Amino acid sequence: MATKGPIYDPAGDPVVDPMIDPRTGEYAVIAPGHNFKSVTQKIADIVLTSNTPLGWFFGLMVAGGVATGVVIGCTWLFLKGVGIWGVTIPGAWGFAIINFVWWIGIGHAGTLISAILLLFKQTWRNSINRFAEAMTIFAVCCAGLFPLIHVGRPWLAYWLFPYPNTMNVWPQFRSPLAWDVFAVSTYATISIVFWYVGMIPDFGTLRDRATMPLAKYFYGMLSLGWRGSTRHWIRYESASLLLAGLSTPLVLSVHTVISFDFAVAALAGWHTTIFPPYFVAGAIYSGFAMVITLAVPIRKFYHLEDLVTLRHLDNMAKVMLGTGGIVAYGYGMEVFMSWYSASHWEFFMMWNRMFGPMGWAYWILILTNIAIPLTTLWSRKLRVNVTYLFILSFVVNIGMWFERFVIVVTSLYREYLPSSWGTYVATRWDYIIFIGTWGMFTFLFLGFVRFLPMIPMSEIRMMLPQTKVRRGGADAETVVEETL
Amino acid sequence: MPPREGIYGLLAEFNTPSELVHATEQARKAGYRRMECYTPYPVEEAAVALHFHKTRVPLVCLLGGLMGVTTAFLMETWIAVWAYPLNIAGRPLFSWPAFIIPAYEWTILFSGLSAAFGMIMLNGMPQLYHPVFNAPNFRNGATTDKFFLCLEAMDPKFSVTETRAFLEQFPAVSVVEVDH
Repeated sequence: MATKGPIYDPAGDPVVDPMIDPRTGEYAVIAPGHNFKSVTQKIADIVLTSNTPLGWFFGLMVAGGVATGVVIGCTWLFLKGVGIWGVTIPGAWGFAIINFVWWIGIGHAGTLISAILLLFKQTWRNSINRFAEAMTIFAVCCAGLFPLIHVGRPWLAYWLFPYPNTMNVWPQFRSPLAWDVFAVSTYATISIVFWYVGMIPDFGTLRDRATMPLAKYFYGMLSLGWRGSTRHWIRYESASLLLAGLSTPLVLSVHTVISFDFAVAALAGWHTTIFPPYFVAGAIYSGFAMVITLAVPIRKFYHLEDLVTLRHLDNMAKVMLGTGGIVAYGYGMEVFMSWYSASHWEFFMMWNRMFGPMGWAYWILILTNIAIPLTTLWSRKLRVNVTYLFILSFVVNIGMWFERFVIVVTSLYREYLPSSWGTYVATRWDYIIFIGTWGMFTFLFLGFVRFLPMIPMSEIRMMLPQTKVRRGGADAETVVEETL
Repeated sequence: MPPREGIYGLLAEFNTPSELVHATEQARKAGYRRMECYTPYPVEEAAVALHFHKTRVPLVCLLGGLMGVTTAFLMETWIAVWAYPLNIAGRPLFSWPAFIIPAYEWTILFSGLSAAFGMIMLNGMPQLYHPVFNAPNFRNGATTDKFFLCLEAMDPKFSVTETRAFLEQFPAVSVVEVDH
């Protein structure tokens, strides 16, 4: 991290902000003055309080109301069939695949934060990894819904799993749909396991701090009897590192496999070798946007500004800038290759994508995904402007949704034979289910922030200056003074 | 099976990790072997002082991964070649490059589950009862901000009076007896 001098206000006086490290000019990862007890109290009290904030109930009600869209939409779908959606030939893939890829992409930042940043020893991840992981799991839930309900007879979706059955029918392993089943189910399982393992020590803390018998029982069971023994910690850390090491290629492989759904098809606009890295970068881009969308209101609502600081937002914005750059390169390469390949079909597809009847979608995508974020995120002032980041994270998520829309629809609806050209129009049921998943995601997330520790307490403790072991047994106060 | 009655050990409470590590090193030097530290976050120096270096978690994880890759690949081959052979666009039945992707995913699935459950099993969890929970001060701090050293009664060198005197030479907040 490059060091910066002190920051000056317009009058020329140095700004005295306790959140800014005077030596580096960087925002602190944890506000000064915290100790083991205050950190624990701050995080545990959100969960253990008996006074649930009214705003939480309100949020839950709204989210629950929106989530009924999924229930209503799916019920009607199961009664009537996928004909209620806008999918037709040639636009045989519509909202279901768009939403699937979009939601699963959102999930990727959670695993990236918890795994890749752990391996790179980025300690700033500690404040945000738990709720980012929760976000991953709920996003995967929303994502998983779409392949399940799009197969036509969703009650038979389990046929995709290899299990011994009396029909002697087995999955087709040359098909990307079967690959998806393996990739997404592995991803969901490992994310849940990683998430749970990370929470075991915190459940121990909650068990010990809980006063209500039900809470004691609940967290006691979840903690599996965790008591913080050193031998346990060493095995725990070893398992965490292994899980991080395993999740890292998993994150990259899941979206790669999803991009294969497209790339194995011999269709202009899909059959490209850039798809795997381009999809992965896009996933991380939208995922970080979603982490910001969640982090900003949470830190405000629960007053967590001293644990989720501007440094976190700044760093996440930087990751968005980097991955956004890769995505921009991907768009550029798509355009370049459609020209350079000298393939008539590719060239027409790209021309039609930009200036055809659905060209508006392409330009929305360029505007929201590339033009707005990649020009503004260079400014440090904007990167630490909470309101701006919050709005921008929405803009990027819209942009990433349009990216999937553009890839799916504009490649399909005007393919090789002009005689089979058509168009794609989403119906109200497409929208109801899509918006419903937003409610479902928010509903699950609100449940998470109320009942589970949303910031890993044991990891935050490790970042405090008091953690350092001094030979000869200096007392805590001296250590704090010396470190500050 | 160790005796389930009487004293389990002596538990000393410390305010800082440094004091805990120092006391643990001294206890090891004094010849104690059956002991354990309890901390609210991983203290690697405590593990060094306890001479606990190796965990078998990575080995379990490796075995799980190998099991995953073999299971998946053999299963796919069996299904595609013998159990349910399908001619898809004239491709060979044993089209192994396509099988790599699910096999790769199962490698990660099996090794991840082995790492997590291996850790839980090696730690002897779930174990909802443990004698240290009987100590009156353990729950107040062990998972928040206090550091504990427990010298266990199983140790041949253990004696209630001498071990207590040994522990009290350190700046411990308290030294309490832990019952089974």
